[in-house]
Amino acid sequence: MKLDRMLATLLLGLAAAGGCRAGEALVVATYPNLDRVVRLVEPVWRQRHPDVPIKLVARSYADHHTAMTTALAAGSGLPDLMAIEVSYVARFAASGALTDLNAPPFSAERWRDDYPRYAWAQASSGKRLAALPVDIGPGTLFYRQDLLAAAGVKDDALSRSWESYLDAGRKLKARSVYLMAHARDLKDLYLRANLKDGEGVYFDGAGKPQVRSPRFEKAFELALTARKAGLDARLGAYSTAWGDAIRKGRIATQASGSWMAGHLETWLAPQTRGLWRVTAMPAGAHATWGGSFYAIPQASKQKALAWELLQLLAHDRDTQLAALKNKEVNAFPALIAAQDDPLFASPVEFLGGQRAWLLWRASANAVPALAANRNDALAEEIVNNELDAVLLQGKSIATALADAERQIVRRARR
Amino acid sequence: MNAPRCSLAPYAFLAPFFALFAGFVLLPLASTAGLSLFRWNPTEGWQALTFVGFENYAFVLDDPWFWHTLRTSAWLTLVGGLPQHLLALPLAWLVWRHAGRGQALVSGIYFLPFVTSSVAVALAFSTLFASDTGLANQLLATLRGWPGLSLLLPAEAVHWLSEPDAARWVVAMLMFWRYLGWNLVLYLAALQVLPEDGFEAATLDGASGWQQFRHIALPQLRPTIAFAVTLTWIGGLQLFDEPLILAQDGRAGAAQTTAIYVYRNAFEYGDFGAAAAMAWLLLALIAVGAALLLWLLRTREPA
Repeated sequence: MKLDRMLATLLLGLAAAGGCRAGEALVVATYPNLDRVVRLVEPVWRQRHPDVPIKLVARSYADHHTAMTTALAAGSGLPDLMAIEVSYVARFAASGALTDLNAPPFSAERWRDDYPRYAWAQASSGKRLAALPVDIGPGTLFYRQDLLAAAGVKDDALSRSWESYLDAGRKLKARSVYLMAHARDLKDLYLRANLKDGEGVYFDGAGKPQVRSPRFEKAFELALTARKAGLDARLGAYSTAWGDAIRKGRIATQASGSWMAGHLETWLAPQTRGLWRVTAMPAGAHATWGGSFYAIPQASKQKALAWELLQLLAHDRDTQLAALKNKEVNAFPALIAAQDDPLFASPVEFLGGQRAWLLWRASANAVPALAANRNDALAEEIVNNELDAVLLQGKSIATALADAERQIVRRARR
Repeated sequence: MNAPRCSLAPYAFLAPFFALFAGFVLLPLASTAGLSLFRWNPTEGWQALTFVGFENYAFVLDDPWFWHTLRTSAWLTLVGGLPQHLLALPLAWLVWRHAGRGQALVSGIYFLPFVTSSVAVALAFSTLFASDTGLANQLLATLRGWPGLSLLLPAEAVHWLSEPDAARWVVAMLMFWRYLGWNLVLYLAALQVLPEDGFEAATLDGASGWQQFRHIALPQLRPTIAFAVTLTWIGGLQLFDEPLILAQDGRAGAAQTTAIYVYRNAFEYGDFGAAAAMAWLLLALIAVGAALLLWLLRTREPA
């Protein structure tokens, strides 16, 4: 057994040495705060490969993905290891320009159960696996416990059903507090509420648009009800005005990834310490916000080394926990083995001592493995556009959804 | 007679410009034109290029969003651009006539928004026009309390940045505020080089300030007006960062300009072919429009 492993290491080492001249840097392209995790593993890496320095290229989130798109297009300037955020992973995975990690010598298929089902599905394209997840953003509903108490709303009203959630909003509205940032968010939650493994939000597993299904009708109806009752602040999350409203306690609930706790605490609304709590999303809806992956471009000449670093980032319990415990990164580990740390049972001070990690962990495991489609981003935008027409111009829901379907089909044909 | 010495020198001096122009303007233009004839998802690399002829153009011309963004761009150019000139012209006249030594200072102050980063400006505007906490709505709320005004003003806080119609006005307002100073400086510079004798003769003849502006300055400013209006047309149709930052909320509907749509087709939808075709259609529209404007505002020979 031991000999086996030694031999494998030797072979990998030889492959690495054969692929590149000694001393050639391993290029990692990433974005903040993922770059900090690479810095965290650098000492370990230096010990293992003193002659192969890591060359870290960190760009802003948007710049990074534009640069990677351009590099894939030109087939040059590609790094050995590439960070990909969840909203890009389906498109990049479908391109075939990323190394299939299910194929030998990587054979990552054996690790399928080491990650949440949905994260694995997000990085897969057919039988191919284009990337490994490093962090995830399990979703819960953040809410202002003080505002709810002042309006006489019981905490469990938020999660029981869509109706009880909206009712809570009406009581908050009487005290001039909005239930949510935007009616669109409610639509998005409902769209993801009852999906099962293999289904998609906008397209079914076979790529057929689902926009005219009752699921979309009901989602639009909910959003319209919320808008008509004045329950939404009409603000897009992470806009300047939204941040202001969050700080001033004008918005009582916000569905988001676990990472929002860190954002609230460090820069968004530090003064609201102790006022926020998290709970399950309405009517058992499950969703995730964000998540990051690493992939090895086909063009990499140092695949064996890149794969070793990728394992260190994505399949190493210590790294995953270090990223979680680093104050600046605070990334929820994608590796399930890292989710049993005592930290998960510890209280989150910012959330009034709530043991929120347990809830986030439960949420991560409940999220279905949805089928990604390369036209998801486009479909989402078309649907949002039609929802705007319903909310603002009184367009009928049936017409709006029919129009949305026509546009999606027209685009998806290309 | 000596043969001209060193006849290569002028070319050597011109070469850097032409090299840069060829590298950074002509080459991208040509490759975009080529790209517009292909279907291409860039993440798949060069080998994924598929020649489709004019299919991308047909797709774009049949795309309701393209036309919608074009209408938005045209609306913003008109509503945000025209007032710039209507105000900058008389303003430049007043500054030139009455500011005396303070001309540079006054025009400098007007010019300030132009040199400020568009991102900073857009962020400042988004704070001013926030629904709940913005100054604009607070002002409206105060004014509503004044007798007689309550009927004229909207009864509730306006959602400036999330409602398509309101958002467009905010973007237009920003454009007006930002580029007024630029046009003022253009017109002021043109006024400063006009021959003085015409104005002196008119003053002797008892012409009022308005008459001098209308009948002496304005006709002579015609070439400058043509130039400045053409720049507004080009800039307006290429408008990108301000609406992108201000109205990201209503992305598709509110203030999505064609330039933004081109970018998103390429980098968000991964459809470089359609984006390239769109960029070329936009370029054609800008060129034809600019030529038309220059022709309309051309200096005619006095009859």
